[in-house]
Amino acid sequence: MGFYLAQLLTGLANASSLFLIASGLSIIFGVTRIVNFAHGSFFMIGAYLAYSCVTWFDVGILGFWGSMLFAALCVAVIGGVIEILLLRRLYKSPELFQLVATFGIVLVVQDIALAIWGAEDLLGPRAPGLDRAVRILGEPIPEYDLALIVIGPLVLGLVWLLFHRTHWGILVRAATQDREMVAALGVNQQWLFTSTFMLGSFLAGLGGALQVPRESVSLLMDLSIIGEAFVVVVIGGMGSVTGAFIAAILISVLNSFGILLFPSISLLLPFLVMAVVLIVRPWGLLGKPGSGHGAPEAPQDPLRLLGKRAIWAWALILAALLTLPLADDGFLLVLMVDVLIAILFAASLQFLMGVGGMVSFGHAAYFGLGAYGAALCVKYANISMEFALVAGPVIGALGALFFGWFCVRLSGVYLAMLTLAAAQILWGIAFQWQDVTGGDDGILGLWPSEWASSQSAYFYLTLVLCSIGLMLLRRIAHSPFGYVLRGGRDSALRIEAIGLDLKAHQWMGFALVGGLAGLAGVLFAFSKGSIFPDSLSIPHSVDALIMVLLGGIQSLIGPILGAVSFILLEDWISRLDYWRFIFGTIILLIVVTAPNGLAGLLAPLWHKRRQRSGKGQSQ
Amino acid sequence: MSILTIEGLSKSFGGVEAVKNVSFTLNEGEFLALIGPNGAGKSTCFNMINGYLKPDKGKLLLQPQESKSRNLVGKKPRQIWRWGVGRTFQITATFASMTVRENVQMALISHHKKSFNLWARASHLDRDQAEQLLEKVSMLDMAGQACSELAYGDLKRLELAIALAHDPKLLLMDEPTAGMAPSERTALMELVAQIVKDQGLSVLFTEHDMDVVFEHADRILVLNRGELIAQGTAEQIRNDALVQEVYLGGGSVFAKETANEAHHAET
Repeated sequence: MGFYLAQLLTGLANASSLFLIASGLSIIFGVTRIVNFAHGSFFMIGAYLAYSCVTWFDVGILGFWGSMLFAALCVAVIGGVIEILLLRRLYKSPELFQLVATFGIVLVVQDIALAIWGAEDLLGPRAPGLDRAVRILGEPIPEYDLALIVIGPLVLGLVWLLFHRTHWGILVRAATQDREMVAALGVNQQWLFTSTFMLGSFLAGLGGALQVPRESVSLLMDLSIIGEAFVVVVIGGMGSVTGAFIAAILISVLNSFGILLFPSISLLLPFLVMAVVLIVRPWGLLGKPGSGHGAPEAPQDPLRLLGKRAIWAWALILAALLTLPLADDGFLLVLMVDVLIAILFAASLQFLMGVGGMVSFGHAAYFGLGAYGAALCVKYANISMEFALVAGPVIGALGALFFGWFCVRLSGVYLAMLTLAAAQILWGIAFQWQDVTGGDDGILGLWPSEWASSQSAYFYLTLVLCSIGLMLLRRIAHSPFGYVLRGGRDSALRIEAIGLDLKAHQWMGFALVGGLAGLAGVLFAFSKGSIFPDSLSIPHSVDALIMVLLGGIQSLIGPILGAVSFILLEDWISRLDYWRFIFGTIILLIVVTAPNGLAGLLAPLWHKRRQRSGKGQSQ
Repeated sequence: MSILTIEGLSKSFGGVEAVKNVSFTLNEGEFLALIGPNGAGKSTCFNMINGYLKPDKGKLLLQPQESKSRNLVGKKPRQIWRWGVGRTFQITATFASMTVRENVQMALISHHKKSFNLWARASHLDRDQAEQLLEKVSMLDMAGQACSELAYGDLKRLELAIALAHDPKLLLMDEPTAGMAPSERTALMELVAQIVKDQGLSVLFTEHDMDVVFEHADRILVLNRGELIAQGTAEQIRNDALVQEVYLGGGSVFAKETANEAHHAET
């Protein structure tokens, strides 16, 4: 009995810090509609700052709690600066831009933290006055955990008072419901957004600071907490602080008991709960319908088929690529294989997002499914590469059919979150099911068949398959099926009113891109000879998003430009010290200066040419 | 011969009875208007007929001459469309990222059940037929334009062309002239009337503009607080005491001049 109570109390203590970070995320989303990936970074900075403060001014109880508050306040100021300098420019951009921009912040913050605090884990002191354990029903419970259990509801109460008893809080709640209306009433939006962002950052910083006596501070804190925080926000309902509280308790308590039954469930459970909640209540426990959407998307230009000249240009590029092995540069060929795989991966995501209007934050799921599916078949059924090249895409498509069935029932940010959850579930399986997937050690020994084992042969194989994949995607984008998806993006109402089942088409669209991403995954696995769980991870999904964004989400040629520049850039930068900082800064610059991506930058030149060359293509 | 029979249609939202026991029929080839003040239940009625709302009670029977009678209750909008019911929206819903012609082609693609085709070029399919439909609404010259560039009145005409694509027997138009200038309203309704006559369509429409209603409707239904309070020709409705009371609390409301003034005051 005492044992179960101890589990419960540990769960509740965990819930408190989870609630702090998630409530901040939820408040920020509610008002600004920004999905803030950098929230985990605020959590991490809070922990590092609190660590430094506590170790510098070691002055007893007051000094300890003062340090916690001081660290949180510093994070609030940092958040405010980021909001003013960066996010302010992005409120009218699609979700993708905001997400990628905040991921840029994640990268920059990681390297700044590395530069200041170093790569070693830092173990902070215990809280003075709360450094022992009390015995409850014979079980030792850390006093600090009990303090955390009190702090969670206390913060909830304070936030509630702030929102219900102050003028500012009423404005925040009003803006969460309808920010256009609040703006129409003459409220200074900029100030409201900045202060909301600061409050959210403060809560994240506080959550991080309070973790210092419990766990060592490390550079992994940001991404390891953010997935769970997203889940809590989505389960609770975007913008609902009380919902976040309930969800944090639900997740943490379930987790602390789930661990007793299945020790390896901790990575999976939150995402499973989220999937179940979203199916039963598509807007979360306390969320309201219609609050899940970001900025409305602007209409795109109608699609045009390729002109004769463009077809020739592509044929020339392809021909040039075919001669590449003649240059006989092993390094270049390996890099080109990476580029081609990235192009196919990015193009499949662009199809889903740009054509279908379905934002996926977890596209790595299908890439990884293809790769792992093929690798497992090779490992256990001993099939050849040729069969694996069929099996991978099929498994990717089947996985997409499974997750897609749930995903197409949602829209906007909720859909994106569910795709993220799907990817995290798969990552958890790959990471934890050591007996089958090899866990962190991955699966090794995936070699191409004899005929394809030379670098140039594998390059040709990749070139052919990726080109076919790309042509297929383009062909389908122009087909009736692709048009239905585009139409659904423009007006789901009209699609239904001309007798079409949009969800069925979207579902098939999911399967299609899942299959192609799976193909990219298999090609990747055989090119490296191995596969690891990070091919399913959030950063890999974000890579694909960055490629799509770099190239410009609206254009079908965008993913090609995006993937090429991404891989080349990554190849060059990742050899430098502090490459994350450089890369993050580049991302931020691009998001702010070129909201339509590289294709968008080039488009005006193209249009000018087209106009000069006459109206022959206006049909 | 009736094409649509509605019996005892009811719908409540929470405790509010939006539509109470409404029954009427729409005859083949008829141009039938559904009017009433704001909150009378017009849109609720409409949305039950086209499948966006499920009635609490009542019958909705579609009885086209050449095929069997269908019960519309609980059917999805897309199913109802497949049975030959076209519709236009109060606030236009079109595909902004496509050309005008492609918008019509989409409806044709759906009608010909080619929507899962992954290989054909959508912009080449049913092109001539799409252009014939655009011709009907005098928009052929705009066929290649991006839909996002159209003026509102043109969008309304485009919606009409889309609604005609599957050769419907029944056309449901929710406030076809809402948001249009007075001169455009007349032009659009004359166009609709012409098409209805040419193709032998039956039309049910809701409308706020009394000029439009009295000018074009064969018969008028008046809803108030969810109940059908009158039906008849323009003349009968104009002289109906109950209708007059509902609309302006009595007086000689529907003398033409007064109706005009009321309309101007509204806009």
